[in-house]
Amino acid sequence: MKFSDTFEVRFAEMVTHYPTKRSALVPTLLYAQDEVGCLSDEVIAELAQRLELTELEVRNVISYYSMLTTKPRGKYNVQVCTNISCLVRGGEEILHHCQKKLGIGHKGTTPDGIFSLEEVECIGGCSWAPAAQVNYDYHENLTAEKMDKVLEEYRRKEMQ
Amino acid sequence: MAYLVSHPDEVKIVSRRFGQGAANLDRYLELDGYKAVQKALAMEPDAIINEVKNSGLRGRGGAGFSAGMKWSFVPKQSAKPKYVLCNGDESEPGTCKDRLIFEHDPHSVIEGVTIAALAVGAQTGYIYIRGEYRYLSVIMQKALRDAYARGFLGKNIFGSGRNLDIYWHGGAGAYEVGEESALMESLEGKRGIPRIRPPFPAVVGLWGGPTVINNAETLASVPHIILGGAEWFARLGPPKNGGTRLFCLSGNLNMPGVYELPMGYNLKKMVYDVGGGIPNGRRLKAVVPGGSSTPCLTADEIDVNMDFDSVAKAGSMLGSGGVVVIDDAQCIVKFALRTMKFYQHESCGWCIPCREGTDWLKKTLLRFHAGGGLKKDIDNMQYLAENMLGRTFCPLGDAAAMPMIAFVKKFRKEFEDHLEGRPCPYEKEGAVEQLPVFAH
Ligand SMILES: Cc1cc2nc3c(=O)[nH]c(=O)nc-3n(C[C@H](O)[C@H](O)[C@H](O)COP(=O)(O)O)c2cc1C
Ligand code: SF4
Ligand code: FES
Repeated sequence: MKFSDTFEVRFAEMVTHYPTKRSALVPTLLYAQDEVGCLSDEVIAELAQRLELTELEVRNVISYYSMLTTKPRGKYNVQVCTNISCLVRGGEEILHHCQKKLGIGHKGTTPDGIFSLEEVECIGGCSWAPAAQVNYDYHENLTAEKMDKVLEEYRRKEMQ
Repeated sequence: MAYLVSHPDEVKIVSRRFGQGAANLDRYLELDGYKAVQKALAMEPDAIINEVKNSGLRGRGGAGFSAGMKWSFVPKQSAKPKYVLCNGDESEPGTCKDRLIFEHDPHSVIEGVTIAALAVGAQTGYIYIRGEYRYLSVIMQKALRDAYARGFLGKNIFGSGRNLDIYWHGGAGAYEVGEESALMESLEGKRGIPRIRPPFPAVVGLWGGPTVINNAETLASVPHIILGGAEWFARLGPPKNGGTRLFCLSGNLNMPGVYELPMGYNLKKMVYDVGGGIPNGRRLKAVVPGGSSTPCLTADEIDVNMDFDSVAKAGSMLGSGGVVVIDDAQCIVKFALRTMKFYQHESCGWCIPCREGTDWLKKTLLRFHAGGGLKKDIDNMQYLAENMLGRTFCPLGDAAAMPMIAFVKKFRKEFEDHLEGRPCPYEKEGAVEQLPVFAH
């Protein structure tokens, strides 16, 4: 299994930060997922072997963390917060707007594989609510129109 | 990038370097950076601990425990290595302040971890940042590299003969790992299931070694205490509540934002003056004063000073500093439903009162809000929540139960308004469309 050089450099450094190898597991899984698209059987086998764990132990950890996934998502994962600060400022409306616009529901992926949609818990954008993240980018003080522009922007990026 | 705001009543200490490019090490040094560490290096460990104790600094993560006291629990001698762990998991709904610290002043956190390490005799520190904050972990990793390059970290820091390594660590989406013992599990590469206490982390923590765990804002306050003195810091707030707090004002306000105000600042003023009041000619219904885990206060109850003890006296908690303002267009049942949905999703499932209790509350509220409520549901929800209190393995169970009890007790009328198939009186477009939500 081949990862990028950046991944390898980070991995090699990371495992030296802890007295036990498995401590590097959670951040490493996320970086691997960002590269491969999801935590495939292959990725799991590889990381289990490197960190001297069983595949079951790795899967056990993956199932705990909401950002980790064994199934591929769209290239741009649209994560709309509907938690309390966002709720009272229209977070649900933003979510419903995205559902209609993209034609998919919670944890769905568009047929072209460009977008996924997820309703998420608080992402730390409360004072700038309603807030959403597309992959790791924050988009805040959202309105339906602003959300359209955001989605357009990513779609355009994809077309280029 | 999060927007910055300001208000004349602010006392900028932790936020002093916000917006000034202090993520850059040279700029940080121009702004008195790393002076506190150098001062601390010349102090006895006990003197540092006493200074922090006397400053009245209490944990900004939620529980408000005295930071100096916590440090003093770490045994002087230990066969196993000692650790300092900075909690930057920031996931309490309504809370978005650690994000600003990491973004604008990452070195202040490094400095705080360093001083804590000097005080307790640790040679290793970790800064745990939630997975969603990827851009902040990039900033933090650079800050750490820069500090190493100057000899502020690593072997023989500042030529003092002492060694200190500080590493960054990342999460991957889980509120529960913000709980200190689950945080350690997560850092050890496991599921975030809490540990039984005692032993407390200060005695048996990471890999069995004594571990100090503090919130990022707590640690970022420490350098200022060392430089400005305990007395100065203590006097910024009422007795036993030293310093300032980054209050995250959110919800139905004209000017939401993160404001640094002295401890004990009046909540009413915070809502109507600092936060600019309620928009659209609406009126205030309730305020959640310290993140989603804290019992709400009604509009009549907000004349309260925002320090740990005063808010406790008012029947709630200062919590994490997340002040969520709710106007009279909002439905409390819906708000309660969203809150319980959160705790149900985040419950780690280890103990039954929390795992089943949050699930029952969520399901009952879902049905209730959609118009299928029964009168006895109201008492049942309160009874259920009251029976969760104090019966769970970690405080997440309480964190779910406490706000639930307050919603029912303080807004019973609103629950009753939903009864007998009537659609929610607050729903703008009539009956609610309840889309299925799949857990995980
Ligand atoms: C469910 C739960 C979630 C928590 N999340 C956080 C968090 O995200 N950040 C934090 O600093 N403390 C959080 N805490 C509090 C920590 O357990 C711990 O008390 C705190 O990090 C100690 O630091 P302090 O004394 O400086 O506040 C949480 C507690 C519970 C029960
Ligand atoms: S109270 Fe909830 S989160 Fe805490 S251990 Fe029990 S099930 Fe897990
Ligand atoms: S509640 Fe939506 S970002 Fe915090």
